Amino acid sequence: MNLSNNEMNEMYLDVLKELGNIGTGNAVSALAMMIGRKINMKVPVVKMVKLQEVPEILGGAEIPVVGILLNVEGDIEGFIMFVMSQSSAHLLVNMLLGTTLNGYSEFTDIEKSALMEIGNILAGAYLTALSTLTGFKMIQSVPQLAEDMAGAILSFPAIQFGETGDTALYIETEIFEESNRIVADFFLIPTIESYQKMLKALGVA
Amino acid sequence: MMEIIKVGMADLNVTGYPNALTTLGLGSCVGVCIYDTKTKIIGMIHIMLPYSWGVKNNTNPAKFADTGIPLLIEKMEELGAAKKNMLAKLAGGAQMFEVTRSEFMNIGKRNVEAAKKVLQEQNIPIVAEDTGGNYGRTIIFYSEDGRLEIKTIGKGTKTI
Repeated sequence: MNLSNNEMNEMYLDVLKELGNIGTGNAVSALAMMIGRKINMKVPVVKMVKLQEVPEILGGAEIPVVGILLNVEGDIEGFIMFVMSQSSAHLLVNMLLGTTLNGYSEFTDIEKSALMEIGNILAGAYLTALSTLTGFKMIQSVPQLAEDMAGAILSFPAIQFGETGDTALYIETEIFEESNRIVADFFLIPTIESYQKMLKALGVA
Repeated sequence: MMEIIKVGMADLNVTGYPNALTTLGLGSCVGVCIYDTKTKIIGMIHIMLPYSWGVKNNTNPAKFADTGIPLLIEKMEELGAAKKNMLAKLAGGAQMFEVTRSEFMNIGKRNVEAAKKVLQEQNIPIVAEDTGGNYGRTIIFYSEDGRLEIKTIGKGTKTI
């Protein structure tokens, strides 16, 4: 089958939506177990966005955000990245550590490791889903965290996608716990070779 | 009235006196700023990748240093700028995450190197730069005197 890039992206998107759903389910169980309380996660929004619009996702290129990045190795190679606003990151920290941190202050080392642990859990959830769908084995690295302007943080996934096209794929995840609403953007960034491999395994190409 | 015109990611723009050009939240990307000292015509490009060759989908020349910078110069010449009066300033090219897996990942450094090489080929001297590091930058480029203002989070503002 000879498909154009766009057609391929559309089909890939459908498969990734499914992946998002399964991954979210996995993540909910893991997070709820970790904090010992009931939480809800909303079915994520999966979108293809133009590179120029990427920094606008979080409300503007200069908005301070938190980015968590993990390497993926094994049958599929690439990166996983989570980006959230500082307020969402603060809510997550509160949820995990039982604190009531308000407003902007720099994260302490403990808070940073709590956030990176969330990255670990979420990445694990999505990779397990992907592994179930494709049969591929994947190993995630220790996460890294950066706090900076949205545009600067998002330049990382944007550049990786820039190699394959002019659009980026992102999955929006919403986590609810009582009245708290946390929004995290999830980027799955396979290398070009792994992208092809994944499409094939998912029955798209 | 001075207008500050935005340049998006993988985008370019040109303008004349008294306007300014800006790009927000540069990370590993590089902002290449060129000004004509005689006409006060300025141009800015927000490049994401060094070279267009080998990249499958390269429909947007402004995404790459090798295709974008010559296009920027062309657009400035269309407005009346002359290459012999052009000077350049660079900002960005940070490494936002410490990724060691492959050389490709230090894309910020590679973007800066490519921008310098292309500018050299075009015979445009680089008079100032603020590149590298692990933090984002917002830049504003003024046609008035070619000054480039660089803002960061937590690292202050400077002008080069």
